[in-house]
Amino acid sequence: MSETNTQLAEALGGVLTRASLPSVGEGVTVSALTRLTAGAANETWRFEASGSSGQQTCILRRAPFVAEAAPEDSQNLGKAGEARVQAAARQAGVPAAEVLTVLTEADGLGEGYLMAALAGETLPRKILRDEAYAELRPRLPALCGAALAQLHQVAPAQVPDLTPSPAAQQLERYETLYRSFEQPVPVFELAFRVLETRCPQEAPQGIVHGDFRIGNFMVGPEGLRAILDWELAHLGDPMEDLGWLCVPSWRFGVMDQPVGGFGQRRALWDAYEAAGGQLDPDRAAFWELFGALKWGVMCMMMTRAHLSGATVSVERAAIGRRVSETVLDVLNYLEGKESFS
Amino acid sequence: MSGQRPTAPELVAAVRGFLEQEVAGQLTGATAFNLRIAVNVLAIVERELAAEDDSATATARLGALLGEDPGLGREALEEKLGAALQSGALGLASPGLLTHLRADAVRQLGIDNPRYGSYRRENGGAISG
Repeated sequence: MSETNTQLAEALGGVLTRASLPSVGEGVTVSALTRLTAGAANETWRFEASGSSGQQTCILRRAPFVAEAAPEDSQNLGKAGEARVQAAARQAGVPAAEVLTVLTEADGLGEGYLMAALAGETLPRKILRDEAYAELRPRLPALCGAALAQLHQVAPAQVPDLTPSPAAQQLERYETLYRSFEQPVPVFELAFRVLETRCPQEAPQGIVHGDFRIGNFMVGPEGLRAILDWELAHLGDPMEDLGWLCVPSWRFGVMDQPVGGFGQRRALWDAYEAAGGQLDPDRAAFWELFGALKWGVMCMMMTRAHLSGATVSVERAAIGRRVSETVLDVLNYLEGKESFS
Repeated sequence: MSGQRPTAPELVAAVRGFLEQEVAGQLTGATAFNLRIAVNVLAIVERELAAEDDSATATARLGALLGEDPGLGREALEEKLGAALQSGALGLASPGLLTHLRADAVRQLGIDNPRYGSYRRENGGAISG
């Protein structure tokens, strides 16, 4: 199934005319259509929409026609669900782009949704190193903490159909996935057993973003502009989001700044509590170690997709050698070399 | 064919140099991105070819850790290690376990990505930048 850019632009004009938004109105034409992401994952397009009431820069986020098999499939929200959780978060005051309309079957464009385009920086290395963000960086852990606290206080009933994904279930899912590769990694074997003993039995349940890390939010020099990529949102232990943000793989070389390479856990935690979040450092530590292990297993999975011939690419081949990064990281946690003070 | 020049590492280095110096500049977008990955992959192969064979020491270490005959060979011992860890027969408190795992982890990361932050920290290098 393929479509030309002209066909896509025409169809998008139809979608916006159908949606009849106050900002653009009807008789919408689409120009400057540009694909922002390449590859087998979600498609992201940017375009200008112009109609009877005005002009707006929009983003189309669309599922690929052939979905890649992923362990998250079992909790796949679908693009409509993703749009719902993003809109509910925005309504609760979480920085997120405005959802304009969700594609319907009649639109003939597959699964996806349109949102208002935002300007800002998402590239980790720029956020961590550019002079433009020097004054933002010390404030960023607190901004992340406050945004997560707001998200975690949204009533789960606001977004029906979110799948519950408690710690014990995730641990089991990733161990099963890991075993399916039949490639023993001794450090991972040890980590699965240790995590089993540390697995939280009881945890409050909230809306969890599921992939909140540097690279998945947009900043400007003044602050956090938007949290992106809501497709892994689920119901679960809110500490999962705090732990994942601190996984060493997302520090981009700045290892002594556990929060995404830009701050200390204390600053994140204090702001989280100040904004009404219920902090539990032990559970956050569980999720951080689990996150390091999970990324290792995901690297194994992605390289399997290349080796099996399902998604042949040099990138997918190379990512298998990133497993050893997570092996040392996981070992550092197991040996108590990651300081949580 | 020992003594043959160029050696395998020299051949791989030649291809990597060609890609970096002559091809990279002509590419844009996704192809340029993938070329950078290809260059990194060749660097991994070079480091793996150049790495000292540690199988004798690793096998001896594994044998001692498991109380098994190193003569079983590394692969069989690795399998026993995995099973012992999975069953919980070996765990965090087992003497020599973490030392063995760390030695293995550091060696492999030195081949796969010596620029990774945790590797540089391990080796007393700068931890930021």
